[in-house]
Amino acid sequence: MYRRLLIAVPYLWLLLLFLVPFGIVLKISLSDLALARPPYLPQIDVSKGWEGFANFLSGLDFENYVWLTGDDLYWKAYLSSLRIAAISTVLTLLVGYPLAYGMARAPREWQPTLVMLVILPFWTSFLIRVYAWIGILSTEGYLNQFLMSVGIIDIPLKILNTNTAVYIGIVYTYLPFMVLPIYAALERLDGSLLEAAEDLGSSRAGAFWLITWPLSRPGVVAGCFLVFIPVIGEFVIPSLLGGSGTLMIGKVLWEEFFSNRDWPVASAVAIVLLLILVIPIVLFQRNEDRAREAER
Amino acid sequence: MSQPVFAPWEVPEAEPLIRFESVSKTFGEFTAIDALSLDIFEREFFALLGPSGCGKTTMMRILAGFEAPTSGRILLDGQDIAPVPPNKRAVNMMFQSYALFPHLSVWDNIAFGLRREGMARDLLAARVDEMLRLTRLEKFARRKPHQISGGQKQRVALARSLAKAPKLLLLDEPLGALDKKLRQETQFELMDIQEKTGTTFVIVTHDQEEAMTVASRVAVMDEGKLIQVDTPDRIYEAPNSVYVADFIGNVNIIQCVVSPDDEDSRVRLEWGDGRTPLWAQGEFGAGRRLSLAIRPEKIQVSRRKPDGVANAVYGEIVDIAYLGNISTFHVRLRDGKMLKAQIANTRRISRRSFSWEDHVWLSWSDTAGILLER
Ligand SMILES: Nc1ncnc2c1ncn2[C@@H]1O[C@H](COP(=O)(O)OP(=O)(O)O)[C@@H](O)[C@H]1O
Ligand SMILES: [Mg+2]
Repeated sequence: MYRRLLIAVPYLWLLLLFLVPFGIVLKISLSDLALARPPYLPQIDVSKGWEGFANFLSGLDFENYVWLTGDDLYWKAYLSSLRIAAISTVLTLLVGYPLAYGMARAPREWQPTLVMLVILPFWTSFLIRVYAWIGILSTEGYLNQFLMSVGIIDIPLKILNTNTAVYIGIVYTYLPFMVLPIYAALERLDGSLLEAAEDLGSSRAGAFWLITWPLSRPGVVAGCFLVFIPVIGEFVIPSLLGGSGTLMIGKVLWEEFFSNRDWPVASAVAIVLLLILVIPIVLFQRNEDRAREAER
Repeated sequence: MSQPVFAPWEVPEAEPLIRFESVSKTFGEFTAIDALSLDIFEREFFALLGPSGCGKTTMMRILAGFEAPTSGRILLDGQDIAPVPPNKRAVNMMFQSYALFPHLSVWDNIAFGLRREGMARDLLAARVDEMLRLTRLEKFARRKPHQISGGQKQRVALARSLAKAPKLLLLDEPLGALDKKLRQETQFELMDIQEKTGTTFVIVTHDQEEAMTVASRVAVMDEGKLIQVDTPDRIYEAPNSVYVADFIGNVNIIQCVVSPDDEDSRVRLEWGDGRTPLWAQGEFGAGRRLSLAIRPEKIQVSRRKPDGVANAVYGEIVDIAYLGNISTFHVRLRDGKMLKAQIANTRRISRRSFSWEDHVWLSWSDTAGILLER
């Protein structure tokens, strides 16, 4: 009995925090826009009993999804989001891997401090940190002031409100999610494996490619998914740092909800986004399972 | 019977494969290897024996190239190996932890070193299969390291380090993780493989039985120094110090002083007021303080005082350790000194002739013990 109760907890959690909201959003996405409160139809008329429920069901349709295919704004935004997510994942990996590698090779007694430093930015608000980047990247910002005072450039660089600023913001924000799993994989790596590889005739660089890299791959894959999945739906960074040319589905979603007040279409956008995300999430889970398998 | 005895260390003009010339290694203030000189010859099975922390692994790591000696030289085939990096040395090491690559199959683990040499595919496959046969691992070639047992892992590690046919193979406590029976089987397997391949083996162990079983010569180490380097039987029968005698097997140590009235090639030893003096082989001046080391199995146990024996002492059996094939008797002499004697259990235990609290005579000849100066 006690055990069943224990098992029920995560399922209850899933039901309350995922399935119920998902059901609501799904329902809204099948509804029609209306000048009402809430701004969509149909509603269930409980007083009419079964008949009310039947009326409600017949009022649902896939109109909004058909609408999404009609306007190329949506699929362009999806594609652009995927592209930005992919590029920033690669960039984060390029910055994060050497960082994690350096951390794992640092003296043992230093490592907890280094991990702390990686996590430290989470202690201040995410919004404030993104705003701080505006101060750094804007035309009169610290970066341009510095570069001009050193004499590298004469005209200030336009970084803010471009995709470059978005990439900088994403790499900065999501770096810990890349560094920590890679660090965890590298930190577990037995140093005698590298010595064995050298003993058997491979160079230092060879030992890295043949031993370190493949053994840290589960960490790399985990880190990439942890960055890629949330970045697809990212809204704050592109709207604060990006410009009019930055097309991301998170922004589109926000505008549908709050500017157009078209909840049904916004919900349809969200459901499609979720369907897109299911693929990498499933792949991520498979990677985790495999990593756990290999550990035994 | 015409086969010559393998003993290159007794041939003065023999060139060693490895020569340590006063090699030292310090870690900060701590001296791990202390001015160590040693020759190891081709085709030898050389065992390094010593307590934990005495510098055995450090010595191996210097040979493999992972540590550089602080001073001194190491010659391999007459060449100083200091400038040769580990991946260029004709030396392979089998790691204490095996260090198998977890993401590679058994086959690929063994092929790893050969691939780095750029060996042709068919030659490589043939060599790997040969190694698999040698270590009886054919059935496990496709498995990953985490899918095989401890004993099999150990054989993979051995096959991997042998695959490149090194001049010198270093084995760092290779059998440490195995249970006793598997360990003994593997020891014979190792000797067999060493004989078949003709590779020079240096094995590190802290198990004296293992060293005695496999090695052509044994080096007993303590705190970074070599105490004695000799064949297993000489180490056992003629230890050069109390340390070695005590480290290898069981031994009785009797502190004694040489008395003036000696005979030809043997000395009389006083070992306490009121005790009958002992006789032992050796030539030492009167008044020297020595330690007499006698192995328990060289002491006879009898009810009546035997005739014509050089040394006989009387005591009471206080403890019997029955080990199956042999029994060890702990005998207390009249003044409290304890001696151990061992006899083979050729009869069933119920018919054993001695038991607790029996009074017995312990006797040994004047050649049974060995006199040690340190
Ligand atoms: N890298 C190192 N730094 C400091 N001390 C070391 C290092 N490697 C070994 N030692 C010390 O050297 C001594 C010998 O170690 P080792 O060769 O591993 O002994 P063992 O005979 O047990 O294999 C030990 O006391 C150990 O603490
Ligand atoms: Mg060791």
